[in-house]
Amino acid sequence: MNTPGASAGLIEARSVHKAFGPTPALRGASVTVRAGEILALMGPSGSGKSTLLHCLAGIYVPDQGEVLLDRQPLNAMTEAQRTRLRRTAFGFVFQFGQLVPELTAADNVALPLLLSRTQRKVAYQTAAAWLDKLGIGGKGGNRTGELSGGEAQRVAVARALALAPRVIFADEPTGSLDSLAGEKVMDLLTGLAREQGTTVVIVTHDARVAAYADRVAMVRDGQVSPVDQPPAAASSALAKGVS
Amino acid sequence: MTVPLTLLGLLEREPSHGYDLKRDYDEFFGRGKQLPFGQVYATLGRLARDGKVSGGDSEPGAGPDRKRYAITDVGRAEVDAWLAEPVEPEPHLQTVLFAKVTLALMLGKPASGYLDMQRAAHIRRMQELTALKRTGPLVDVLLADHALFHLEADLRWIDLTSARLAELAEVVRNR
Repeated sequence: MNTPGASAGLIEARSVHKAFGPTPALRGASVTVRAGEILALMGPSGSGKSTLLHCLAGIYVPDQGEVLLDRQPLNAMTEAQRTRLRRTAFGFVFQFGQLVPELTAADNVALPLLLSRTQRKVAYQTAAAWLDKLGIGGKGGNRTGELSGGEAQRVAVARALALAPRVIFADEPTGSLDSLAGEKVMDLLTGLAREQGTTVVIVTHDARVAAYADRVAMVRDGQVSPVDQPPAAASSALAKGVS
Repeated sequence: MTVPLTLLGLLEREPSHGYDLKRDYDEFFGRGKQLPFGQVYATLGRLARDGKVSGGDSEPGAGPDRKRYAITDVGRAEVDAWLAEPVEPEPHLQTVLFAKVTLALMLGKPASGYLDMQRAAHIRRMQELTALKRTGPLVDVLLADHALFHLEADLRWIDLTSARLAELAEVVRNR
């Protein structure tokens, strides 16, 4: 779904194919992610949207086609280079947080900073600051198992943002949360990402989550199609009779 | 507004009598509420007056009017424009969407394309409402929430209908 005349993509998938055994997950998927935008990839279960996200993030290597970051193909990198890229330039938020349960919230947020050789004191100061921004400053000493689902997801968002990544990949980030907790997580994730100028790619089957994005694309049968953008939101949406 | 356009759409399929139009309308679009004969003939009269249908000579037979109606180019253009225009995204619009999808299948038009356009219109409205929630007062947030949940329900219906189009096409064609 390359838009003619659009600004150059930060990440581009070009005719990506990916199969798991005999089952094709992606069949020529192409999408451009522009720098600083929030892009939602929507689609039903099994449409290939999570596989596409994993390809964009360099976790999966396409069977055919290529993924480019700053016009450089990820396929050409070694696994070690891709791992370093994921650790330094990308942040991840998954449906169930994937936090380390034995560690505290602060430990979880500080961990990727420590892995990228940030000084321990700085790492924990940064972690504390992000937990504050996420509204859970008082929970830094709690093990993640002691947190509610919504709080744990906020820790995951803090962990993703703490490294000041260029791109955050979020796979069903509110899938395990109730409406209010999910809304809080999306408000914080998209609000802070916009504030930081961080690019975000969200995979979701939930239209209310996709509605937080600047742009929405549909993934169906392993291919991507755009959902056209509005000319400009004219008058108040509430005035259009949707209340 | 849907009844005249639906009757026009049925006439695009084939020229028909008022009696047969009512029967088809009730079967596909009535949903337990039959269209009164009076409304059928009044609507056909208005459509003929506006040049959207042409009525031939009366034919002998059962029923109050055996005039055979055919759609004109003006009427055909109106049906095409109506089908191609996404419905204003607002709650409770399934009846209109259902009529459009069913008619599109009857006429061999791209029903999945219409559903895609409707999905896009819904998502745009949801983006507007979500943006409004970021800055609006709580009362507007609550009203936007209400609208968002209903639009989400519509979207689920659109997705499910997209997945069932082939099945629905069989039903429509085999009647």
